Amino acid sequence: MTVVELKTITPPTGLAEFWFYFSRNKGAVIGLAVFLIILFLAVSAMFAAPHSPSIQNREVLLLPPAWVEGGRFTYFLGTDAVGRDILSRLIYGARFSLFIGVVVVSLSVVSGVLVGLIAGYFRGRTDTIIMRVMDIILAFPSLLLALVLVAVLGPGLLNAMIAISLVNLPHFVRLTRAAVMTERTKDYVIASKVAGAGTLRLMFLTILPNCLAPLIVQATLAFSAAILDAAALGFLGMGAQPPTPEWGTMLAEAREFIQRAWWVVTFPGLAILITVLAINLMGDGLRDALDPKLKRS
Amino acid sequence: MLRFIFGRLAVLIPTFIGVSIIAFSFIRLLPGDPVMLMSGERVMSPERHAQLMADLGLDRPIYIQYFDYLLNLLQGDFGSSIVTKRAVLTDFLQLFPATIELSLCAIILAVCLGVPAGVLAAVKRGTWLDQTLMGTALVGYSMPIFWWGLLLVIFFSGYLGWTPVSGRISLMYFFPQVTGFMLIDSLISGQAGAFKSAVTYLILPTIVLATIPLAVIARQTRSAMLEVLGEDYVRTARSKGLSPFRVIGIHALRNALIPVVTTIGLQVGVLLAGAILTETIFSWPGIGKWMVDSVFKRDYQVVQGGLMLIAAVIMVVNLIVDVLYGFINPRIRY
Repeated sequence: MTVVELKTITPPTGLAEFWFYFSRNKGAVIGLAVFLIILFLAVSAMFAAPHSPSIQNREVLLLPPAWVEGGRFTYFLGTDAVGRDILSRLIYGARFSLFIGVVVVSLSVVSGVLVGLIAGYFRGRTDTIIMRVMDIILAFPSLLLALVLVAVLGPGLLNAMIAISLVNLPHFVRLTRAAVMTERTKDYVIASKVAGAGTLRLMFLTILPNCLAPLIVQATLAFSAAILDAAALGFLGMGAQPPTPEWGTMLAEAREFIQRAWWVVTFPGLAILITVLAINLMGDGLRDALDPKLKRS
Repeated sequence: MLRFIFGRLAVLIPTFIGVSIIAFSFIRLLPGDPVMLMSGERVMSPERHAQLMADLGLDRPIYIQYFDYLLNLLQGDFGSSIVTKRAVLTDFLQLFPATIELSLCAIILAVCLGVPAGVLAAVKRGTWLDQTLMGTALVGYSMPIFWWGLLLVIFFSGYLGWTPVSGRISLMYFFPQVTGFMLIDSLISGQAGAFKSAVTYLILPTIVLATIPLAVIARQTRSAMLEVLGEDYVRTARSKGLSPFRVIGIHALRNALIPVVTTIGLQVGVLLAGAILTETIFSWPGIGKWMVDSVFKRDYQVVQGGLMLIAAVIMVVNLIVDVLYGFINPRIRY
């Protein structure tokens, strides 16, 4: 008797399939790599930064970057007006930016999804009231509303994060509501309902997992937008307060030196741009990988 | 169509009331009361305090105060500045043209560059041109514009000395403000060189403010164009032997522009938010800078009135965009 070996083809796991689509977008992979480097630097700032972010060295005020005449390799990106090492401040600043992104996205995703789920599932009057409130928030330019909220709550990083989360909220509510409304009437939901699933089970276990794809993409975009908004508030003097090495706050402090010391202004902004760009590149890749309409084959 | 417009107006009313509640209540969320805010550091006797509260009607129940506020709003009274004592509406109307002028120039620049860039990227899909254009667009989309503005100032104003750093026109020129739009006023004045001066002052703020809308429009145009280029009627037009220019310019672009117009309309909020940063960097005397200054001066009457007026402008513009959308897209008939 001969033994026939059966070759079974195992379907790719979700993660493998995701990576297959994600890695086809070169930009997304580069974005991911850059993001991981920034994340690594932020986490290991204590070891990665050559100097303390707050120690002022009176002997090296406004020292230019290493490759410019008069620069020193020990202060690779130069120093600011009070002699602090810019590279070290940027590395520590990455902590703030990533932290702001994580907090803002978590706050607005959790509350936005919850409210959107309620609006989309229950419809009727609840839905109308929720959507009107969201319309009201959307009637203000986001940065202006955040600015005024911070003015009321008091300038500072925590209040800036709360304000930015609030102005981000309507996007998540609208997106969740729209996704829930399309899923709600599908056969699998009705089947689950007929089988006796309760409201909470239907909302969170049956419907929500099928609405996640657009939410993940929006969360990535919100992450980069939060970093930009927090930096803008810091720049206007309403975000993190000096001497915090937050990138936007660093730019605000550097404004008066734009004619004399270009490096004090250039590098913090470049750090913001690179971080936001990396996250947006990842967002594009995520959209390609998660949007079933774009998947071919 | 009229029914649709009235329907939208009916939705606007509760939103407007909601906006007014937010603007009304935020001033009351601040620590202390308005009288204490106005008196600042000065010490005030409790009797004097009570007297002032009564004079300003602040001792009445909160809902009566709100209805009073709403009634004033409807009569065009948006309060007056604590600092300058001028009516908020007067200041707003005086400063708004500067913001409109800057925003209009920015959106025109964004459309004139963004739409062709998006079309070109779609037509040359997958080539280095597409990748370069869309890469640039993504950089623009990710740009912290307050930093971008500073960089342009360093390079064009500081290094090259081509453009001025702040303001709307050189102090050499003085003429009455007829329209509030510096470009038009300087032309009307007939003074030699005034228009050119106004243009040089406008260039950098326009570029900065246009950056994000430009990137958004380019990306949106590309994806709308890609969708349309795959349609049957485009293939038919091609197979009829029409020139590529006619196929892309007339058959495809007209349909691709429908979602793009909505995107352009949605940029109004982005422009006003961007105006806050751009006007602050370039000391451009518009409503964005006015709001930031008022926040810092703790002139909360102005912040309150300004919030209301800006929200009202955005709501009206969004309504107009919705109606226009119905006109250009015959598939939607209300």
